[in-house]
Amino acid sequence: MARRGAPVVALVAVAIACALPFLLSNFRLFQFTQVYIYAIALLGLNLLTGYNGQISLGHGAFYAIGAYAAAIMMDQWGVPYGWTIPAAGLICFAAGFLFGLPALRLEGLYLALATFSLALATPQILKYFEHWTGGSQGIVLAKPSAPFGLPLNPDQWLYFLALVVLLAALWLAANLLRGRVGRAIVALRDNPIAARAMGVNSALYKSLTFGVSAAYTGIAGALSAVAIAYVAPDSFNIFLSIALLIGIVVGGLASIAGAIYGAFFLHFVPNWAQDISKAAPWAIFGVSLILFMYFMPYGIAGAVHRIAQRLQRPQSTGDGREPPPSVRTIA
Amino acid sequence: MSCKLAVDTFIQQVVSGLATGSIYAALALALVMIYEATDVVNFAQGEMAMFATYICWAMLSAGVPYWGAFCGTLVIAFAGGLLIERVVIRPVENAPILTIVIITIGLLEIFNSLAGWIFSYVQKPFPSPFPKEPVRFGEIVLGSHDLGQIGVTLAVLACIFVFFRFTPLGLAMRAAAQNPVSSRLVGIRVGWMLALGWGLAAMFGAVAGMMIAPIVFLEPNMMGGIQIYAFAAATLGGFTSPVGAVVGGLIVGVVENLVGTYVSFIGTELKLTVALAMIIIVLLVKPSGLFGRAVVRRV
Repeated sequence: MARRGAPVVALVAVAIACALPFLLSNFRLFQFTQVYIYAIALLGLNLLTGYNGQISLGHGAFYAIGAYAAAIMMDQWGVPYGWTIPAAGLICFAAGFLFGLPALRLEGLYLALATFSLALATPQILKYFEHWTGGSQGIVLAKPSAPFGLPLNPDQWLYFLALVVLLAALWLAANLLRGRVGRAIVALRDNPIAARAMGVNSALYKSLTFGVSAAYTGIAGALSAVAIAYVAPDSFNIFLSIALLIGIVVGGLASIAGAIYGAFFLHFVPNWAQDISKAAPWAIFGVSLILFMYFMPYGIAGAVHRIAQRLQRPQSTGDGREPPPSVRTIA
Repeated sequence: MSCKLAVDTFIQQVVSGLATGSIYAALALALVMIYEATDVVNFAQGEMAMFATYICWAMLSAGVPYWGAFCGTLVIAFAGGLLIERVVIRPVENAPILTIVIITIGLLEIFNSLAGWIFSYVQKPFPSPFPKEPVRFGEIVLGSHDLGQIGVTLAVLACIFVFFRFTPLGLAMRAAAQNPVSSRLVGIRVGWMLALGWGLAAMFGAVAGMMIAPIVFLEPNMMGGIQIYAFAAATLGGFTSPVGAVVGGLIVGVVENLVGTYVSFIGTELKLTVALAMIIIVLLVKPSGLFGRAVVRRV
């Protein structure tokens, strides 16, 4: 469509991403690994909330399920970490699909309410199954090293692992949304009645979207368990779920690239805000949520899109304010 | 004898359930008032209440007597709620649900972090205005704070009932919530009525916060668990019914206490999960709640 330069930009970005491990310190590299993990989770939430219009304030719960599924498999059954990641994705797909079934009956606000309560209750549920989850102590894991004798240190290896999973996730999401399924998902958001009249199976698509979204977030959770080599219930509190919401709002609702912008925002803004005060990151998050909703409802992705359009068609008579087509009706 | 003991325990548990239930009722009522008027579930309600409680604490530390600080806090909370509606909510009044949900979540963040920033995250004890000695009725021992808490909440509810039922302003507010267009035609300033609703809701929240703080201690995250129960209460009673919110709050409080006492595998460790289960079950079985009306939408 409008963005002929997009593939070039994407290739350059991937090339830079591949070069980073050999340029940055291990500490910086680990930060980028976490950004990629966030981006996968945000992509999942954006599929559900941005594209499908189902509000979830509880995606931290699926992140937790993914992380714990991976951790328990590694810790209790000695499953190699490589297998735990797709397994966590499958488990979260099932969990999301099952949560999505009753959620079908809950519209808008009520779904927000139910998922918000889910997020609030998550740490408690995790602590309750102490036998599996290690209670509030959590589970300590071993950090994996590079396989096949690759000349990489563990941080570099984890970085590449996260990068590969992220690229696969992006590619899958883009393909999913481009076709028939994607149009059905967006149609159910924009006009559910018309979509049903056109023969879109609302129940199936909505709960499938919930499942896929939870699977993405669960895979991110599993990756984070592998990367950080530790899981504890209190890190999966309500603020994680809210952070994910902030990520998609700031990055751009209903935008694939938005997940990446949002992930950078989520990771690096608290890093420098922490120097001001312990409370500063969340104050900034809260204020930016509101300001973005007022002034940039399409997030950073919307702004980037607008700038790209200007650059490509400087002679264009339009004011260039038009948002990308898939987000036009959301906010 | 042991049977008598069991009955006494039961009564004590019910009363303390009613006491916490009255807190849930106050917060649920705040949620319902805002929902009725503006179709918004205010996810920041609990944090607004927490912040008001900190204001009360600051006044108490400055040497203001308890009931003076209590009333002062109510006034400040009212003004704060009004201001939030005017400044933050009004610009997005007609925006899609997602936008408004996100904005209230933003408010939640702001209040939570402001409280941590200004007052620190350290738990603070908060005084109770009621005597320490329990009240005895024969064998039954009831906490004075529990009874006082029920009393205060009932008093607030009585005031609000009188206000809505018997004053012109209350009537105007009800009209504005039910039929904004016609209300505007008869000269009611609907926008201001909605703002007043936010102010009153903030006040209820403040009452809930100040009453629960002596029990849970004052800290920025103290309302998280209470808010989920207030959600459960409002859902059970029906988001469209103020009476339902109060009844729902009391029921939820009693159920929470009885389940915690008599169902051993739940105890106190799964309290939030009980609330979550209640919310989901009510939404699935009867989404409009016990007293709410089903929403019929014209398409």
